[in-house]
Amino acid sequence: MSVSQTISHAVGILKDGRILRYTLSERVNHWTAALTYIYCLVTGLAFWSPYMFWLADLFGGGPTARFWHPWLGVVFVVSVLWMFRVWRDDMRITDVDLAWKKAIGHYIRNEDEDLPPIWRFNYGQKLFFWVMLYGAILLLLSGLILWFPESIPWNLRWLRYLGVAAHVTAALVTIGAFIIHVYMGTAMVRGGFTSIIRGEVSTGWARMHHRLWYEQVMRGKRG
Amino acid sequence: MSQAILQIRRISGHPGPVPGADVERAEQVCKLIDTTTCIGCKACEVACLEWNGYPFTDTTFNNTYQTMPDTTWKYWNLIRFNEYEREDGTLMLLMRKDQCMHCADPGCLAACPADGAIVQYHNGIVDFQQEHCIGCQYCVTGCPFNIPKFNSDTKKVFKCTLCADRVAVGLEPACIKSCPTGCLHFGTKDDMTILAETRAKQLREHYGFEKAGVYDPPGVGGTGVIYVLHDTTNPEAYGGLPRDPRIPWVVRLWKGPAKWIGNLAMFFGVVGVTLHYLRYGPKTVRDRNGRGDQP
Repeated sequence: MSVSQTISHAVGILKDGRILRYTLSERVNHWTAALTYIYCLVTGLAFWSPYMFWLADLFGGGPTARFWHPWLGVVFVVSVLWMFRVWRDDMRITDVDLAWKKAIGHYIRNEDEDLPPIWRFNYGQKLFFWVMLYGAILLLLSGLILWFPESIPWNLRWLRYLGVAAHVTAALVTIGAFIIHVYMGTAMVRGGFTSIIRGEVSTGWARMHHRLWYEQVMRGKRG
Repeated sequence: MSQAILQIRRISGHPGPVPGADVERAEQVCKLIDTTTCIGCKACEVACLEWNGYPFTDTTFNNTYQTMPDTTWKYWNLIRFNEYEREDGTLMLLMRKDQCMHCADPGCLAACPADGAIVQYHNGIVDFQQEHCIGCQYCVTGCPFNIPKFNSDTKKVFKCTLCADRVAVGLEPACIKSCPTGCLHFGTKDDMTILAETRAKQLREHYGFEKAGVYDPPGVGGTGVIYVLHDTTNPEAYGGLPRDPRIPWVVRLWKGPAKWIGNLAMFFGVVGVTLHYLRYGPKTVRDRNGRGDQP
């Protein structure tokens, strides 16, 4: 990626000193994915361990939770694929991100002034996006096997076992990413949570966390 | 099927120890199926339907003596037929009564996540409790014999109960009751093993079946249904009886070490971000004068 990134949608509009960071449709989609993921996470944990089976009671009991888990899982995957359609260019990992990644220790220690400037998303956000995208695809494919195991012929039963292994692995990897994502979006990066609800960030926030994107916005360009 | 008639030894998806698991009361029950005297009459299939209250279903004729290709959620007992050609060119019509094997170490129960949906009674019968079943079909994946079958209307899984309701009140299973040739026997595991070994010896010494023996696979801890086979070295010939059935290692891993590795990883993930917050706190945006700024 050369000097600037081309972003086709309407983020970056300045209004009363605040910048639109996420459009309404991006926010709706984020929360569709978030809520369906949380549903699948909680019900999935119920099926994962007998010590967490009580979690199914939060969603109407075991049979009800088992009925809706795959359907809401499909909604989650569709939502993530929509994100891919909208954010694929923004999420491409560039040289700017690799420089930022080298300095990630500063980010972890809240020494943000020592970090190289970046565009709309940082390396961690991009990594989260790709983990969730590939995780969602793997969860869907393996989930279909778990949904309809009897449709796998008996002599191909290794596919059933592969399905279980893949579903568990993908779930655990996305849970790890999810824990970090929720922590950063709510507790660590102040302003992040309101931005994904109301869509806006302050100019100071944009300048501190996404300097190149901020400068582009300030030059009067959208994106 | 039936609850609280028999003492329970193991419970699926159960957190913590099983109440009453250590009682020593019942004998292990066992069904003995002598494939060498089965004539494939299907009386046991009919008796199974009648006792369990399921209607007769359409049969599939495919030029064999087998009623249908596979057991179904409401057809738990199926005589598997194989026209087997021996080395000398002669034919054997092999008949094997296929149903739940009631493993001592049941893969269905190991895989099941629902508390109490699968139980193993003290007499060794493995029984599905449909009122606790959540319809996830993990048992289908866990079973090494391809026995549990899913009813997609009720979202419940069914299989042979070894007539737990009859056995609990001192009756033999319906299939045993109906067998006209006496190829089916029912009793304690010890008695059935002795009977089976005696029959296998007879086959070896008097009938020329040198490889005759008893099928009681150790990979699943032995089974509550044992077979006498003309040839124990080739169980696959009997309608696909697995040579060395075991709970799939993926299922073992999934329900064993993976559980604890996964739980620890999730736990330390949450602990990790909490510690990070306590050590470094939030990222607050500061303005040019160094004052904290609300986002």
